Amino acid sequence: MGKSIEHVLEKIYQKSKGHGENTIAILQDIQDGLGYINEEAVDWMSKKTGIATAKFYGVATFYSQFHLNPRGKNIVTVCSGTVCHVKGAQKIISRLKADLQLKGDAQTTRDMQFTLENVNCVGACSIAPVVTVNEKVFGKQNPDSMVKNIKAYKE
Amino acid sequence: MDRKITIKVCMGTGGIAAGAEQVMQALKDELDGAGIKDATFIEKCRLQKVGCRGFCARDVLVDITIDGETSTYQYVEEGMVPRLVREHVIGGEPVQDWLVGDDYHVFHENQEKIILQDLGKIDPESIADYLEVEGYRAARKALTELSAAEVVETLKRSGLRGRGGGGFPAGLKWQYCAASEADQRYIICNADEGDPGAFMDRSVIEGNPHAVIEGMIIGGYAIGANLGYVYIRAEYPLAVDRLKAALTAARDKGFLGDNLFGTGFSFDIKVKLGAGAFVCGEETALIASIEGDRGMPRAKPPFPAHKGLWGKPTIINNVETLANVPPIINKGADWFASMGSETSKGTKVIALTGKIRNTGLIEIPMGMTLKEIIYDIGGGIEGDRLFKAVQTGGPSGGCIPQQHIDLPVDYEGLQSIGSMMGSGGMVVLDETDCMVAIAKFFLTFTQEESCGKCVPCRIGTKRLLEILTRITEGEGKRGDIELLQELAEDVRDASLCGLGMSAPNPVLSTIKYFRHEYEAHIDQKRCPAKTCNALLTFFIKEHRCVGCGMCLRACGVQAISGEKKQPHLIDQDKCIRCGACFDACKFHAVLKE
Repeated sequence: MGKSIEHVLEKIYQKSKGHGENTIAILQDIQDGLGYINEEAVDWMSKKTGIATAKFYGVATFYSQFHLNPRGKNIVTVCSGTVCHVKGAQKIISRLKADLQLKGDAQTTRDMQFTLENVNCVGACSIAPVVTVNEKVFGKQNPDSMVKNIKAYKE
Repeated sequence: MDRKITIKVCMGTGGIAAGAEQVMQALKDELDGAGIKDATFIEKCRLQKVGCRGFCARDVLVDITIDGETSTYQYVEEGMVPRLVREHVIGGEPVQDWLVGDDYHVFHENQEKIILQDLGKIDPESIADYLEVEGYRAARKALTELSAAEVVETLKRSGLRGRGGGGFPAGLKWQYCAASEADQRYIICNADEGDPGAFMDRSVIEGNPHAVIEGMIIGGYAIGANLGYVYIRAEYPLAVDRLKAALTAARDKGFLGDNLFGTGFSFDIKVKLGAGAFVCGEETALIASIEGDRGMPRAKPPFPAHKGLWGKPTIINNVETLANVPPIINKGADWFASMGSETSKGTKVIALTGKIRNTGLIEIPMGMTLKEIIYDIGGGIEGDRLFKAVQTGGPSGGCIPQQHIDLPVDYEGLQSIGSMMGSGGMVVLDETDCMVAIAKFFLTFTQEESCGKCVPCRIGTKRLLEILTRITEGEGKRGDIELLQELAEDVRDASLCGLGMSAPNPVLSTIKYFRHEYEAHIDQKRCPAKTCNALLTFFIKEHRCVGCGMCLRACGVQAISGEKKQPHLIDQDKCIRCGACFDACKFHAVLKE
């Protein structure tokens, strides 16, 4: 493990001691610091805190917020709530998958530019179907308009 | 004559997605450029961002008020701003072409607003705005004029019930908690709005965060808690930001912290971001999540009111429930109890969405009928299609058909026909929605979100989903409907928490009211709504096909052939019924049956 990563983890560990070593908070900090939940980081933290790695993974795999693999530079999230669903979210997903050349279960493009995910509901049902790119919300989308919208994020 | 001008721009998530930030900036630039600030005929011009105003389908909505005379514009874009400023702000003449129509006013006239009263009127990031609409007056009154027991009593008499799903009387819950022996108690605001199709909590926090904070202060005082938590979805970044800003502002003004209103009572609120799990809407799971563990529910009793967060008595109320508290304290229990139906008092905020003309956030008196909601407020079904059902209560609720459209919407009413209030999402479905596919959609959701602790929910939802999937793919067998019903009842009766107990509702209610659709899928391998692709045949109507080749390129299995500018043909043996050609065709030449 690199020195810089260890430095990040040490800081997280010190912070957690003051907060009663809350597993979720530690994982959130690791993800903020490293971009995803890295196996080495969990091992390191487990040794320091005495919390079993199984507990860390138990929590990390329970919540949709945590990612066990590195994610792309741009996060494209297609809302799959009820309204978006009946208004064609699935078609947008299929089209974006094809456009980003994501095969099978792959979510992140090879060049690490995009990660395509879905979310249960962003709560913007009045403007369904909804897609968010990073923090920007695109409402009333269709497959064509969304392919156009993500073009701007391509390098 | 000196004129007073206020311009309000909707800056909720919906408004921002429609371009409200650009409109706001354009207004700023235009007003500055026109020298409005120094104009002699204007005494005061205020450009204000406001929260959700309900009619999100018409965003960006802009109000221009001159000397108390308000005009509302819809679908406002950046490019429209110069004319608005020139003709209306400066010229004093509203731009008739862009004003909202009668339907906008009808949409609002049929509502009754407590929670949404100030939403869309005040700037959510300005505590001064909230104070202007008598904000924190209820907290002051409760803390300085009433005893904790009197606050609880007022709430009990008001008849307020939990707005998050269960509908438990809020005052009673507070009473139980206050009565338990403890050195520390907690109050938690549940803002983990997980129901797909629900956005009232997000809108309330985005539009009027201080109302929720004030409700929590009063609740904390009533039960004797000095610390509160807001457990809020991380997927709501704007709501989180505005809530945090509001907390800071409230602390600065002395509404949070030590010795509130000089009474010696201290109270503060922390924000906890949800990590993304639907089951955390369940009280005991939410508590486990705040404590840093997997959000798994435990058996009740003991109820959180006796043994909750860190083992201490804890009250968990939903956002809307808490936002109802300040008006109840201000105006009295009798005022609140005078609204609504026999068993359900007050109003309910509803996210009205789906295949309906006027989608948005509405507030109705409890007991209003579905028909009034869908047709009078919602404006009826989108397009010229037929109403099929309204889905209420999210994944825990059910689908209500035409025959029950006169049903009054309250806790008992919805339950009596196999649905539930839930948090108040209403998704309207039309003739093009397949009810088997809808049941499958919800089971996909609950199956994924089941925490896995108890067997009936973990395995039961999985098996239900498998059967539903089989039916929608044309592999349904005789006896499947009965099997679904039996299994659904078992899951409902034997699950540990509300998630499992209510997960079968979508299946049971669609079988009850739309059994014929299930039968068509199973017996005739036919999807009446034409949405289950596996049961459809795709073909090209020759005289409509212009031979553009769009379908040919969209087809992933080379099942389509044809020369350019000649009608194309689908090879039924090769076709995998994915529907890509149907979506690709711009001439409605690809048909499905």
